[in-house]
Amino acid sequence: MTGTTEREVGRARPRKEDARLLTGQTNWTDNISVNGLLHLAILRSPMAHARIDRVDVSAALERPGVIAAFSGRDVAEEMGSLPCAWPVAEDTVVPDHPPIAVDEVRYAGDPVAVVVARDRYTAADALEAVEVDYTPLPAALDIETALAEGTALVHTDKGTNRSYVYRATSGDYEAAKAQADVVLTRRYHQQRLIPTAIEPRAVVVTPLAASGEFTLYSSTQVPHVLRVMLAVTTGIPENKIRVVAPDVGGGFGSKLQVYGEEVITLVLAKRLGRPLKWTESRSEAHVATHHGRGQVQDIEVAARSDGTLLGLRVSLTADMGAYLMLLSPGIPILGASMYPAIYKMGAYDFSCTGVFTNRTPIDAYRGAGRPEATFAIERIMDDLAAELGTDPLELRRHNWIRHEEFPYTTIAGLTYDSGNYEAATDKALALFDYDKLRAEQADRNHRGDTVRLGIGISTYTEMCGLAPSRWLGEMRYAAGGWEAANIRMLPTGKVEVVTGTSPHGQGHVTSWCQIAADALGVPFEDVEVMHGDTRLATHGMDTYGSRSLVIGGVAVHEAALKVVAKARRVAAHLLEANEADLEFADGVFSVKGSPEARKTIQEVAFETFASHDLPDGLEPSINAEHVLDPDTFSYPHGTHLCAVEVDTETGAVHIRSYVCVDDVGKVVNPPIVEGQLHGGIAQGISQALYEEAVYDEEGNLVTGTLADYLVPAAPDLPEFVTDRTETPATSNPLGVKGVGETGTIASTPAVVNAVVDALRPLGVKDMRMPCTPERVWQAVKEASA
Amino acid sequence: MIPPAFDYARPSSVDEAVRTLAGAGDEAKVLAGGQSLLPLMRLRLAYPELVVDVGRIPELRGVREDGDTLVIGAMTTHHDVIADPLVRRHAGLLAAATATVADPAVRHRGTLGGSLAHADPAADLPAVVLALDGELVAQGPGGRRTIPARGFFVDFLQSALAPDELLVEVRIPKADGWGFHYEKFHRVAQAYAIVGVAALVRRDNGQIAETRIGLTNMGATPLRASAAEHALSGAGDPDAVARAADSAAEGTRPARDTAASPEYRAHLARVLTKRAVLAAAGMG
Repeated sequence: MTGTTEREVGRARPRKEDARLLTGQTNWTDNISVNGLLHLAILRSPMAHARIDRVDVSAALERPGVIAAFSGRDVAEEMGSLPCAWPVAEDTVVPDHPPIAVDEVRYAGDPVAVVVARDRYTAADALEAVEVDYTPLPAALDIETALAEGTALVHTDKGTNRSYVYRATSGDYEAAKAQADVVLTRRYHQQRLIPTAIEPRAVVVTPLAASGEFTLYSSTQVPHVLRVMLAVTTGIPENKIRVVAPDVGGGFGSKLQVYGEEVITLVLAKRLGRPLKWTESRSEAHVATHHGRGQVQDIEVAARSDGTLLGLRVSLTADMGAYLMLLSPGIPILGASMYPAIYKMGAYDFSCTGVFTNRTPIDAYRGAGRPEATFAIERIMDDLAAELGTDPLELRRHNWIRHEEFPYTTIAGLTYDSGNYEAATDKALALFDYDKLRAEQADRNHRGDTVRLGIGISTYTEMCGLAPSRWLGEMRYAAGGWEAANIRMLPTGKVEVVTGTSPHGQGHVTSWCQIAADALGVPFEDVEVMHGDTRLATHGMDTYGSRSLVIGGVAVHEAALKVVAKARRVAAHLLEANEADLEFADGVFSVKGSPEARKTIQEVAFETFASHDLPDGLEPSINAEHVLDPDTFSYPHGTHLCAVEVDTETGAVHIRSYVCVDDVGKVVNPPIVEGQLHGGIAQGISQALYEEAVYDEEGNLVTGTLADYLVPAAPDLPEFVTDRTETPATSNPLGVKGVGETGTIASTPAVVNAVVDALRPLGVKDMRMPCTPERVWQAVKEASA
Repeated sequence: MIPPAFDYARPSSVDEAVRTLAGAGDEAKVLAGGQSLLPLMRLRLAYPELVVDVGRIPELRGVREDGDTLVIGAMTTHHDVIADPLVRRHAGLLAAATATVADPAVRHRGTLGGSLAHADPAADLPAVVLALDGELVAQGPGGRRTIPARGFFVDFLQSALAPDELLVEVRIPKADGWGFHYEKFHRVAQAYAIVGVAALVRRDNGQIAETRIGLTNMGATPLRASAAEHALSGAGDPDAVARAADSAAEGTRPARDTAASPEYRAHLARVLTKRAVLAAAGMG
């Protein structure tokens, strides 16, 4: 047995996960079946806000096959209140959040009653026999009027729809504004989005009556976080709960949650002593799975006439929906440090007001606060360039942090370790053929063409890799941000990596194999990665916020180095040499100067297993765990350029070309990075052009199915031209940065900037998202009127 | 899919299907390709007591010629319509429009007859068959009757079929020598048309001699743009076509929904009619 000589990190390894996934040999939560399994169905409120006068489940109970049925009141005590782990301000208003509503329903979709039956069909049919009397109450349905006098209160007992006000300032914005030649004020709207993972949620709970233990399978991103929070919420001891995330079909933040359905299924399985399953339908997901975005962004920039930025003021009103979910208050605050982006300025004033509305709660959605921030700053940079009559790229160049200035501490207080905005932008411009497109644009404008060309720019960075535990503590987040990895060298020389990350499409299995294979000097094929089961991976903080590689992947690397260090002591003993005289390369320990004296790491693993001849007092194991708590964030960046053709007759927007050059530091697996970018860009384009959760005047979700809530498919998206620059992160030994959210963060402003750029000569100054054909047509009509 | 409970019948002949429907009164629904009925049942917007699956009746599938007419079995799938050489040769508009329906999965399950009998004004094929002056053949307990497309679409999701009648054939007059185009405007590839325009144009000496225009999603039923058809007679250049197309929305009553306002739909009808006619006339 010998190790590999070619390094694995950087290789375009096909994903180990794919053969199984693509041939349907998957284990989705809804595929799990056990003897005696019962099925749970949930009756949901048809009203945005109402008092519950009566819930009568007796007719449902009479249906053949129905085992049990409960109102919220029946089970309120056992279920507790769903947790919010991130009250960002000291006086954050955190309302009680029963998993099944007791006195009032506060959004259309709020659970009201549950039925347990022998099969899913019977359970669904029996819901129609549950009688509920409601007294409708006035509802708060708009962010902008949520705090206005006379608006209905979502939580009457709280006396306000304000959840919190968060403020952070740096420098003197008013002084900066006083010196400015230009002050530009804008209001942008982040529409409410419905995260659309390919697999809706599902939960299965199997109780072990003898021991009082429960196994909870859930389509979740966060098995470890979920276990802690389920214990805290239900009072079931943490060591009696095992949480398993089987194959999970995407999440995008929507499965970074502790959901009512998880609590309900657990508590009822306990109460009934029977295994229980709940599976969400797609239309149920539209109201019951948390939503994303939902902000009104007031932004003001102060600049000199030469384009130099002096200061920035941002004031957000952020929709929480009807309740605070796990991270709801913190999501807009994750963007707080991102508005200054890659630009230098002397003053920054940020504030955010979280408000309640009678709609589905809002929480993390791919990028979580940072896409919103990037959108606002990149949009206003374009508007400022238009105001000053300069090229939007030149305005950015004039203000961005130059590559020789890194590490650089921004006005928001973040220290960016590395970056090279010039290199990424130059490469992107060359791929895009910027000058030629500008010439075509001028020609079309000159001819008065009905089809206009627009060019959109987004030069972004993001803080990702959530997160240093101390920073999270300072931000009043309840948990830490470390990650764990455990490496086991088996007697036969094979390797097991147990990771605390919980992949749901990201390709961790392949990437962690590459990292471990390099550090241990073993073949890629000899490494297996295990995850997503709290009994197996006992220690973990799970997967979200582009954190897995920069924390969890680096933890794998560090754990492997610990294995090598332990193996070195055994090898030195076996080779009768001093540890200091041993070299380790490609999985082989050899004695300096006498290369024939060698032991492979696999041989060392076997000798350690046998333990016949170990040094006195040495622990007979070379396995190792590493728990990594990062010192800082990771700061990927890049330049995205988008060219759109806008048909001014119909309002249709067609993306003609899309070029991006991203710098995500060292790349472990190029096709995986490429895939993350493609998916992320598609989601960002989708916010710009297609997606919006629309409610009617009564507070019913109108976009309740995928026929009304539009998500694009392959025919609707352009070919993405992607390329990279590689400026290694200096904050971790692998030089890696996050990539899971970059595409989403960067692309939305690139597209909207392009649409506005196309229409600016016609007098259009802004476009609200999504830029639907009708909105574009209206904007053109109004501008020319 | 968790629909309400229903009984299921799978007749193997048209006669058996008609007998089954006649015995069920108003509570039966015909299941063709399932692309409209099943979503309604899944969302519990339809509660049929009996589902009559006509998917295993061979005589309902296929395309044949009958003199100057194409006869298309009601259960011919979209995919088979698109690929059929007779359809491509004599009713190219139908093939072209059918190719824009939803996605490949839907086109392999969905059927021409199912789409027409569902009578959804947002679906593409009703307006196309209307523009082609098609006829629909229904079979009931009393035998067969032929319903012109102009009389078939009665109201939103309501056709002229009686509860005990089965749509068995679609008869399309051959449109040899007519230029055609289906201009569909939708936001994503698999979405319904916000507006669609099906145009057939016959030219004579470089001028438009005759035009037939079917409008998708411009009212409770598919509609003919009669005013525009009339105004287009004699149009000889793009400007004349554009002027005539300005009357495309006359007599329409488009709905307001999440996709569009009535005003925008009316505007689109004019723009898309211009484009469809120019393309069909080869003037684009």
